[in-house]
Amino acid sequence: MSRGVIGNNGMRVKDVLQNYVFLLPALILFATFYIYPVYKVFELSLFEYDGISPHKYFVGMGNFADVMCNKIWWTSMWNAAYITILALVFQNALALVLALIVDKDLKGGKFYRVVFYLPPVLSGIVIGLIWNWIYDGNYGLLNHWLSTLGLGNLARSWLADPKTAITCVAIIHMWRGFGWGFIILLAGLQNIPRELYEAARMDGASGLDIFRRVTVPLMIPVFILVAVLTVLGTMQIYDLIVSTTGGGPGYHTEVPITRILAAMIGSSRFGYACALGLVFGVVLLVASMSQLRLSRHLKQT
Amino acid sequence: MRVSLIIFVTFSFLTLGLLGCGGDIERNADVLVWHWMTDREDAFQELADRYNKETGIKVSFELYAPSDAYTQKVRASAQTTTLPDIYGLLAEKRDFAAFVKAGHIADLTGYMKDKNGRWESVFFKKALEVNLFLPDNQWGVEPGIYGVPIDVTNIQMLYNKTLFKKAGLDPEDPPDNWEEFLEAIRALNEAGIPGLVSGWGEIWMIDCFASNYAMNIMGKDKVIATIRGEVPYTDPDWIRLFGLFKEMADEEVLAPGVVTMVNKTAEQTFANGRAAFAFNGSWCVNVYKGMNPNLDYAAILPPRASAKNPMIIWGGAGGSFLVNENSKKKEMAVNFLKWLTAKPQQVFLAEETSNLPSNKHSLVNIPPILRQFADDMDKTTHPDVLPVNEYSQVIEFFNKGIQSIIIGEETPEDIAKKVQEIKERRLAWTKRREKMRREAR
Repeated sequence: MSRGVIGNNGMRVKDVLQNYVFLLPALILFATFYIYPVYKVFELSLFEYDGISPHKYFVGMGNFADVMCNKIWWTSMWNAAYITILALVFQNALALVLALIVDKDLKGGKFYRVVFYLPPVLSGIVIGLIWNWIYDGNYGLLNHWLSTLGLGNLARSWLADPKTAITCVAIIHMWRGFGWGFIILLAGLQNIPRELYEAARMDGASGLDIFRRVTVPLMIPVFILVAVLTVLGTMQIYDLIVSTTGGGPGYHTEVPITRILAAMIGSSRFGYACALGLVFGVVLLVASMSQLRLSRHLKQT
Repeated sequence: MRVSLIIFVTFSFLTLGLLGCGGDIERNADVLVWHWMTDREDAFQELADRYNKETGIKVSFELYAPSDAYTQKVRASAQTTTLPDIYGLLAEKRDFAAFVKAGHIADLTGYMKDKNGRWESVFFKKALEVNLFLPDNQWGVEPGIYGVPIDVTNIQMLYNKTLFKKAGLDPEDPPDNWEEFLEAIRALNEAGIPGLVSGWGEIWMIDCFASNYAMNIMGKDKVIATIRGEVPYTDPDWIRLFGLFKEMADEEVLAPGVVTMVNKTAEQTFANGRAAFAFNGSWCVNVYKGMNPNLDYAAILPPRASAKNPMIIWGGAGGSFLVNENSKKKEMAVNFLKWLTAKPQQVFLAEETSNLPSNKHSLVNIPPILRQFADDMDKTTHPDVLPVNEYSQVIEFFNKGIQSIIIGEETPEDIAKKVQEIKERRLAWTKRREKMRREAR
């Protein structure tokens, strides 16, 4: 090997260094805006700090121990998980059905694309206000419709009833979110070569067979993408909760973000809020990694 | 290439333009004020113009809303020491103390006491109390006055006179005690009229209601003793307090959905005649006027649940302005606040916003209903004027627990027990942390 040349492909040291120099701006940005904040959050989580005082008190893993013992925190995690499970199943099923319909060269397909995509672009606060009006116990539309259908005995304050509050919030979230899934799934469906469908049809495959044997296998990467986005987006639900129930009644609709903010702004426990944030981040990371692993497994099979 | 160049040039101009606009506000203002009070924005701007004409000093009011976003902005600015000359703080006394101790708030005692306390004497006593740190306060703050109240508020019970008449009740003889209140509710319910509405989805509103009745049932000293950890929440008086909420649920006193209702919705419900009673603050006069100018209503103290102690209601300073200790224009800022709280400006603010002025000499031309609120200012108290503060976790669980009682999920005894458990856990936590702090020192 001659001087100044490294590796089997004969790259010069200078070239390698040059390549790293090109990477440097991206690395600096990544370190400044991702690694450093995460490090600072971790550092703060080891202290008792009110966010204002010049003094911080080192408490080691004390904040993490408090997180582990906090039943309300884990209830909020379960609430978010419950909404996520509903969203994964129903929101994405609805998105897929609509995408399949629109994919069939439906008349006015562009119109439906716009209509289905409207809820995601509305503000969560606005959506909350609209649905408050529907769910209202006094003069809500839902109770009015139920009474009209002779089901007045089912009428209630939907968001104030602990039996229905979290599911009602989940329904709002799914209504708001299915448009995202619809657009991504439709894009995925339109990427499938039409010849495959024609070939399957010529081989005598039924519509259901085509869906099972052609569409589903080719859509798996898209399904996984939509599922990951659904999990990450739903677990971080916040604005809808604030504009509908405020986390109530009691703690029935509290979610992790409302608890982190309650610790940070309500109780001025910045260190503890950082510990909550880190635990939440780890949970999201594990969920995403599991989904990606599952995706690899599905692709192989 | 050409398109890229056009985009680049346009972007650069826009960016420079925006940066230029942002800088202008601060550069041109002599005194910069941050606040969150959307309803007072126009009146503040008008007053800033008047002050400019009178003195040549330019005051710039910058509004940041909603209040949560404002709170975060102030905290972030405190950490980077970029607070404006004057700002408000939406926080508990504990946070107020932290700001003072971190050197972000100027001690105004000298200005207030100057010339035989001329400035101090214009305010309602209750208005100043929330900005006051007494000697030996639990936060270790130097005693003094650290804020300037610009208005005062208190929370009372309101009733709709028209609905009273519909239910066969005398609108000039509202209920004075709990039994009379429940009787009135029964009559209203029989007439198909929902009883009480309030924004109890915002838990601080539940806290106000509970705090009124805690003072009434057991008296201020026992409330303070509880906060100090000397009386448990499982005491019969506290269980009686929680029991009031169960009674209200059982007697169908509350309008449907009240436990998740925000106050704005509650205000609409009352203003539209869909509930006979409302529990709301003095700011509601302006709100109801906007929603239903013909609403015929009156304010009363919440009906007493006990004859042993007086009904002390939640109230005191509404909004207060603080002067940044690090401001180079501190004197200018103080002079502006003196002018803002003088009678002509306070009368103007009261007329424009229907809020109660903090200057006690400015109660002229205010609506009769607002005068009722003003007359009861001496019956108010506020958690921030008590010598001790309850842990925020206890307060949260206490109020969420009340929501659980109202929806029939928990009993008063269960909630009392759980609140006490949290209290004990927090007390133990404080002891542990104090020990750690001593060791760290």
